[in-house]
Amino acid sequence: MRFELDSDQKDFADALDRLLAGADTATVARAWAAGDHEPGLKLWGRLFDMGVTSLAAEDDGADPVFMTIAFERLGHHAVPGPWVESVAYLGNAGGIWTVAALPHVPYALDADIADQVYAGERRVSEIGELYSSVDRARRLFDVGAPEVAWDTAFDRAVLAVSAQLLGLGERVLADSVAYVKQRRQFGREIGSYQAIKHALADVRIALDFARPLVYGAALGAISPSAAKVAAGDAAYLSSRTGLQVHGAIGYTAELDLSIWITKIRALVSAWGTPAVHRERLLRELG
Amino acid sequence: MDLTLSESELAFQAEAREWLAANVPAEPLPSMDTAEGWRLHQEWEARLAEARWSVVSWPRDYHGREASLVEWVVFEEEYYRAGAPGRVSQNGIFLLAPILFDHGTQEQQDRFLPSMATGEQIWAQCWSEPEAGSDLASLTSTARRDDERGGWVLNGQKTWSSRASFAHWGFGLFRSDPEAERHRGLTYFLFPLDADGVTVRPIAQLDGEVGFAEIFFEDVFVPDSDVLGDPGDGWRVAMSTAGNERGLSLRSPGRFCAAADRLVELYRSAPDPAYAGDVVDAWIKAQAYRLYTWGTVTRLAAGGDLGAAGSVNKVFWSELDIALHETALDLRGPEAELESRWLDGYTFALSGPIYAGTNEVQRNIVAERILGLPREVRG
Ligand SMILES: Cc1cc2nc3c(=O)[nH]c(=O)nc-3n(C[C@H](O)[C@H](O)[C@H](O)COP(=O)(O)OP(=O)(O)OC[C@H]3O[C@@H](n4cnc5c(N)ncnc54)[C@H](O)[C@@H]3O)c2cc1C
Repeated sequence: MRFELDSDQKDFADALDRLLAGADTATVARAWAAGDHEPGLKLWGRLFDMGVTSLAAEDDGADPVFMTIAFERLGHHAVPGPWVESVAYLGNAGGIWTVAALPHVPYALDADIADQVYAGERRVSEIGELYSSVDRARRLFDVGAPEVAWDTAFDRAVLAVSAQLLGLGERVLADSVAYVKQRRQFGREIGSYQAIKHALADVRIALDFARPLVYGAALGAISPSAAKVAAGDAAYLSSRTGLQVHGAIGYTAELDLSIWITKIRALVSAWGTPAVHRERLLRELG
Repeated sequence: MDLTLSESELAFQAEAREWLAANVPAEPLPSMDTAEGWRLHQEWEARLAEARWSVVSWPRDYHGREASLVEWVVFEEEYYRAGAPGRVSQNGIFLLAPILFDHGTQEQQDRFLPSMATGEQIWAQCWSEPEAGSDLASLTSTARRDDERGGWVLNGQKTWSSRASFAHWGFGLFRSDPEAERHRGLTYFLFPLDADGVTVRPIAQLDGEVGFAEIFFEDVFVPDSDVLGDPGDGWRVAMSTAGNERGLSLRSPGRFCAAADRLVELYRSAPDPAYAGDVVDAWIKAQAYRLYTWGTVTRLAAGGDLGAAGSVNKVFWSELDIALHETALDLRGPEAELESRWLDGYTFALSGPIYAGTNEVQRNIVAERILGLPREVRG
């Protein structure tokens, strides 16, 4: 038994972090939202070079723990694009694919830039109307999605989104902690007020108890639905608290925090809402 | 105790309901934070004013109908039930006007109130500064006396000023006596946002729209006739607005009750038992807020003032608003993230615990002023 990342896994996480931290992902996300995909596609290519796209490809060294690590980093840096769809659900190693599948994934993310677009298992060439999401970097398209069964691919996607949520939540907490140490009101750092301390401590606790469920699901020890519920709740708490402790500046689109806050809200209900996953867990429990 | 409305209040209610049913636009107007939406909201205000519904509690000379506080609450209920547009003029009519009535000169009232009532002049509240948010009294924008021209010269920066991107006038506090203790030496000014030396920079909010702005002041001259209250008395004058913002006027129960009813409808149209409890809880809270407000109105009508109870009120409505909209998004399932009226309402609700005094600060006030607990160390 060893429920901790080993040194290879840590090195992989660090390498991804270095790459993404140097890639100015907030700017990439803003460009993506504005319809300029160039920087995001370049980043996709660099992550492909690091093997990220093949982490769920069956014949290409699929590894759920490495995949989870990668998606946590993608979340941490708010990398835009149909990563869950292409890499985790469709298990596609090369090129950018996307998918819509009812009832939980009604629209295909970034279908306009994908090399292949799927409506369930059927490849489609026509894409329909664009819908905007609360997360402006999520550009959703109607592709006439059919009903699909909940299979292992779906579970893999749920795990990937859970990991993304974990990374998003961690980042918002880190940025919020940094902010409250520096922002002063009434002659003191706002982080010295107990109301702020306790609110952020609650986020720390929630994320700490979501993480083992996410990595436990990666190891097959627990249902990904448990991971999605916990990671979604913890990330959402982080976003709400992060916004609140930032005050008005947190409510601006100019501050990069907004990219994280809106992505968390979007992903909480993506790939199965919390209610869907709770209900499924209850059924699994017999 | 008695919750029935009098005959004349019922007649007032019926008249309001009838007018709104005949006049409220069938489709929601575009967001007031866009140029087009702004224009349409201003037009709507003019229509309201023409029928004397824009400022029901004001004197007749200023487009009002001298409605009582009870009638005002009744009107607000009808207004939101009818799905009428948000009030682009709200910071003027709800926050500034009460101060103008109490502290303004007759000349100021005559000059400013009519165009405020018709929506012709929209006012922006300019209090916050980059370094003075919760700690408003630490503000550093200055007013320098100019005896020669008979007025003051403003310098500094304000920020987060709602609707200032399109508004015409601003009201705000400036430090006119740098020597005085921090709550003294502040003066309350009224100024056109297109005055020489004023620069307005719109700021995009979470939803990408420029709902507020920062405002830079570079040697902006304001004549004595545009000082509200006495020089140096700005804090006391302004604090009578703070009570208005936290308590009654910005957040009448009508809007939450109307939203709770829409939430119940949403549930009925696609029931998801997972959220049944949340739907009912939101509805109960909206009703609690409505009934609580009748108690507040009773006390105010009897000459009492809101005091720290405004803080109790503010925490409750702002958290109710978020819970209600979160539940609506939950009910929308996988479509929650898509643009919708519910998503707009949700995003707006997120700012509730921040503006009008953050909820942390309100809880401090409840704990210290109402419960009498010792003050936390501050500065
Ligand atoms: C949508 C929106 C519209 C607004 N409109 C206007 C407007 O029209 N005009 C205007 O002047 N302003 C406006 N504001 C600004 C608003 O008044 C301020 O955001 C508010 O006063 C808080 O200040 P701040 O944002 O600087 O946060 P800060 O004061 O920096 O607070 C940051 C965090 O620290 C906490 N904190 C601060 N002090 C304490 C303490 N003593 N104890 C515990 N916690 C503390 C706060 O609760 C918050 O969580 C608006 C804000 C928003 C979000």
